[in-house]
Amino acid sequence: MLTLLVICFVAAFLAPLLHRLCPKYTGVLLLSAPLAMFVWLVKQIPEIMHGHPVEQTCIWVEKIGLELAFRLDGLSLLFALLISGIGMLILLYTQGYFKGHPQQGRFLMYITAFMASMLGVVFADNLLLIFIFWELTSFTSYLLIGFNHESEDARKAALQAMLVTVLGGLFLLGGLILMADAAGTWRLSELIQRGSELVAHKNYLPILILVCIGAFTKSAQFPFHFWLPNAMQAPTPASAYLHSSTMVKAGVYLLARLSPALGGTEEWMLILTTIGATTFLVGAVMALGQHVLKRLLAYTTVSALGAMIMLLGIGTDYTIKAMAVFVLAHAFYKATLFMVAGGITHETGGETSIDKLGGLRKAMPISFICALLAGLSMGGFIPFFGFVAKELWLHALDHYVLLVIATVIGGAAYVLVGLSVGLKPFVGKMPDGLRAHEIPPAMRFGPIILGAGCLALSFFLKPIGHGLIEPAASAIAGKELHVHLHLWAGFNKAFMISTGTVVLGIGLFFARNTLLGMAQKLRPITKVGPDAVYDFLLKSVLNFAGWQTRNLQNGSLRHYIRISVITTTFLVIAAFIRAGGFETFEKISPLSIRISAIGILMIFATFGTVKSESRLSSILSMGVVGFSMALLFTFFGAPDLAMTQVVIETLTVILMALAFYHLPATNHISPKKTRAIDIGVAVGFGVMITVLVLAALAVQTPTPVSDYYLEHSYKEAHGRNVVNVILVDFRALDTLGEITVLTIAALGGAALLKLRPSTRRRDVLVALPQESGGDTASTKKENPS
Amino acid sequence: MTSIILRTATLYMFPPLILFSVYLLLRGHHYPGGGFVGGLMGGAAFALYSLAFNVAAARKLLRFDPRDIAAVGLAISLLSGLPALFSGEVFLTGTWWKIPLGNGNYFDLGTPFIFDIGVYLVVLGVLLTLVFSLGEEE
Repeated sequence: MLTLLVICFVAAFLAPLLHRLCPKYTGVLLLSAPLAMFVWLVKQIPEIMHGHPVEQTCIWVEKIGLELAFRLDGLSLLFALLISGIGMLILLYTQGYFKGHPQQGRFLMYITAFMASMLGVVFADNLLLIFIFWELTSFTSYLLIGFNHESEDARKAALQAMLVTVLGGLFLLGGLILMADAAGTWRLSELIQRGSELVAHKNYLPILILVCIGAFTKSAQFPFHFWLPNAMQAPTPASAYLHSSTMVKAGVYLLARLSPALGGTEEWMLILTTIGATTFLVGAVMALGQHVLKRLLAYTTVSALGAMIMLLGIGTDYTIKAMAVFVLAHAFYKATLFMVAGGITHETGGETSIDKLGGLRKAMPISFICALLAGLSMGGFIPFFGFVAKELWLHALDHYVLLVIATVIGGAAYVLVGLSVGLKPFVGKMPDGLRAHEIPPAMRFGPIILGAGCLALSFFLKPIGHGLIEPAASAIAGKELHVHLHLWAGFNKAFMISTGTVVLGIGLFFARNTLLGMAQKLRPITKVGPDAVYDFLLKSVLNFAGWQTRNLQNGSLRHYIRISVITTTFLVIAAFIRAGGFETFEKISPLSIRISAIGILMIFATFGTVKSESRLSSILSMGVVGFSMALLFTFFGAPDLAMTQVVIETLTVILMALAFYHLPATNHISPKKTRAIDIGVAVGFGVMITVLVLAALAVQTPTPVSDYYLEHSYKEAHGRNVVNVILVDFRALDTLGEITVLTIAALGGAALLKLRPSTRRRDVLVALPQESGGDTASTKKENPS
Repeated sequence: MTSIILRTATLYMFPPLILFSVYLLLRGHHYPGGGFVGGLMGGAAFALYSLAFNVAAARKLLRFDPRDIAAVGLAISLLSGLPALFSGEVFLTGTWWKIPLGNGNYFDLGTPFIFDIGVYLVVLGVLLTLVFSLGEEE
C-alpha cells in the first residue's frame, strides 16, 4: 500500500519531466500509477468482502504518535476505487483538454499529487497522518484552482478555497488531538473500538464540533459552501475530479469514518442532519438561478454533499446504505457531467452559459449521449443508477416527513439540472454563430465510461451491493450490515414519491425561464451571504495587517530599536513581578577599589558617548566602555570572555567607523522631545537589566549546571577548557544554529550594502568626461576623442 | 586613509596576528581560545590590512571570497556532526580517533575540533564579508 502510494507521489513529480520528454503521451504514461493502484484495489475486494482489512504500518515519528499506518477496509476501498478509477480517466481527459498547452506538465503534476494525497486520506489509519494528507489535498486544490494564475479571479478563488479549508483544517487538528487524548490512542481503527468511552468523555461535544467544522469546510457545507462554486475557476479536469467526485467528499469520508466512534448521539444527529439538510436545500435552490454550466453543477455538488452528511447524521442502517450508494452514483454522474460541460466549453470556443447553447446533438453526438445518460441518472430516472440511490434514500427517510419534503424539492431541482446540462445544450435550434465539433478521442474515455456506468451499474446491482456497498456500509455503521440492492422494489411509497419528484422536476425544466427571472429578483439577498462575510473578514485582516505594519515596521531603524527595547523591558518586568520579585541582597560582595575605578570610568565613558558632538568620538567612548568590560572579565576569572570581548570591541569600533563613513556628514541632533523619550527608554532598560542581575544572584539552584560541565568536560569530551567544550561539544547544535544565522546575516548585510544608491560613484562617472584633460585610462576609453 | 606608519606596522603585525589566531584555534580545547575568538582575531588581521592599504589588496591577500569561506566553514561544521550518525549516536555527538604519531605518542583528533575549525572559518568569512562590503566603493 505504502509502495503504491509512494509511486503515485513520485509519478506526480516526474510529470513535468515526462511532459518535456514526450509531451504527447504524458497523461498515458502517468496513468500507470493509478492503474496499478486500481488493479491492486480490485484484487483486495474478496478479502475486504469477508471482513479482513489490509493493514500496513511503519514507524515514523514515534514520540508524537505519528506512524505511517495504513488500513484498507470497505469504506476506504469504495473511496479509493473512485479516486484511482476516476483519476485514470481524468489524466486521459487532461491529455486532450490541455493538448499543446505549454504548462500541461505542471497541471499533471498537481493533479497526480492531489490524487496521491487523497488516496493517503482514505488509507491513513493514524489521526495525524490523515491530517497531513488532508492538508495536502487542500494545498494541491489551491494550486489547481489557481492554475490560470494570470487571472485575478482564479487567484482570488484559490486563496478563498485555501483559507476556508485550511482554517477548517486547524479546527480539525484541534479535534483530532482532543480525540486522541480522550481515547488514548492515535490509531483510527483502535479509536473506533472505543466509541463508548469517547461519547461519555467530558470533551465529547468540543471534539464533535471541531471535527465537524473541519469536515464541513472541506465538504462545502452551509455556511462554508461559498468557496466551492467560486472554485470553478479551476480548469475543468480539476473541477470534475477534485470539486465534484473526490476532494470535497473528504469531509463526508472523515465523518463516515468516525461515525462508529462519535456517532449515534443526539448531538451528532442534530448537528449533521440540520447542517446537511440545510446545505442540501440551499445548494439545490441556488442551483436553480444559475446559467453558467460549471457553477450550476457546483451548486448541485454542494447540495449532494449536504445530502450525504444528512443521511450520515440520521445514522440508521438504511440511511448509511443509502449514503454509500449515493456516493457511488453521484461520483459517476457528476464527473461525467463536468467532463461533458468542459468539453462543450472547450469545443465551442469558450461558451459557458446554458442559455446560449443549443442544438449541439449533431456536432457532438458522443457528448450528447454521455451527458443524457448522466443527466437522467442525476434526475433519478428509472432504470438509471441514480434511481436506485434515490429509491433507497427515500425508503430510508421513511419516518422523517420534513426531510422527505426537502428531498422532493431538492430532487426536483436535480431533475432540472440534470436535464439542463444533459439535454438543453444539445436539443433545439443551434444559436447563430455557434460552432462546435466533437471532443477529441482522449477526452472521450471519461464521459463514455462513466456515462455508460450510470446506466450499466443498475444491471450489476448484486455484485456492487455485496462487493462494494456492503463492506463500506458495514465500516460506517461499525457492525455487519447486509445490502441487497433492487432496481424494482414494487409500487411502494418510495416509488410514488420518486415518480412525483421526477414529474415535478420536468415541470420545473419547462418553467425554467420563469424561475431564472425569479432568481434574478432574489439576487440582492446573496450580497449579504457568507461570501460577503468572508470578503469583509479578509479585508479586515488585511487592514489590520496594514495598520500594524505602518506602526510597528515603518522602516525607521531608530523606531525598531525603541520598540524592541520597550517590549523587552516590559515583558521582563512583568515576568519578574509574576515570579515574586526580590528575595535577598545578601550575596553582594563589597566593591574593591580597582573595580570601582573601572566602574566610574565606564560611567564617564557612557556620558561621553551620549554627549559627544562627533560620531567618531562617540564610537571611541563606547569602545572605552567595552574594553573596561573586558578588564572586568579578567578580574573575575573569565579569560575566554575577556579575550573575545577585546577582539569584538576592536572590530565593532572598526565596523562602526566604516559604516559611519557612508552616512551623510551632517550631525543631526534629535529634537528635545525625542531625546527625552530616548533617555526614558534607555534608563528603563538599564534599570531592568540591573534588577535582573541582582535577582539572578539571589536565586539559589540546588546544584549549579556548571558543576556538571566541570565534571564531565575532560572525562567525556577530552577538553579542559569548559567554555569551549560547551560551545563545540555539549551544545554544538546551538552553535551550529548560531553560525548559520551569522552567515545568513552576513549575506543579507552584504546584499543590502550592494543595494545602496551609489551616488558618489555615479557622480564620478558623470563628472569625468567633462574634464578636459582625460588624465586616466578609464576616461580615455570612455571618451576616445 | 593612507599612513606610512600604519602600513609599515601592518606589514609586521599581520603574520603574527594570523599565527596567533590559528594558535588560539588550536589550543582552544584545553586553554582559553577557540574557533570563535580565533576567527575574530584572523578577521581583525585582514580588517587591519584593508584599512592600511585598501579592500582590493586585502581581498587579493585572502584569495578566496569571504562568502565562500563562510559557506565552507558552515559545511565543515555540519559534516563534523555526521560521523556520530554512523555509530548510531545522536547528530553532533563527539567522536574521537587516536592517531599514532610514530614514537608511541597519540594525537586525539575529535569531531568537536573539526567543528571548531568550521566555526573559525564561518566567523572569519562573515566578519570579512561585512568589513569588505562596508569598506568598498569609497
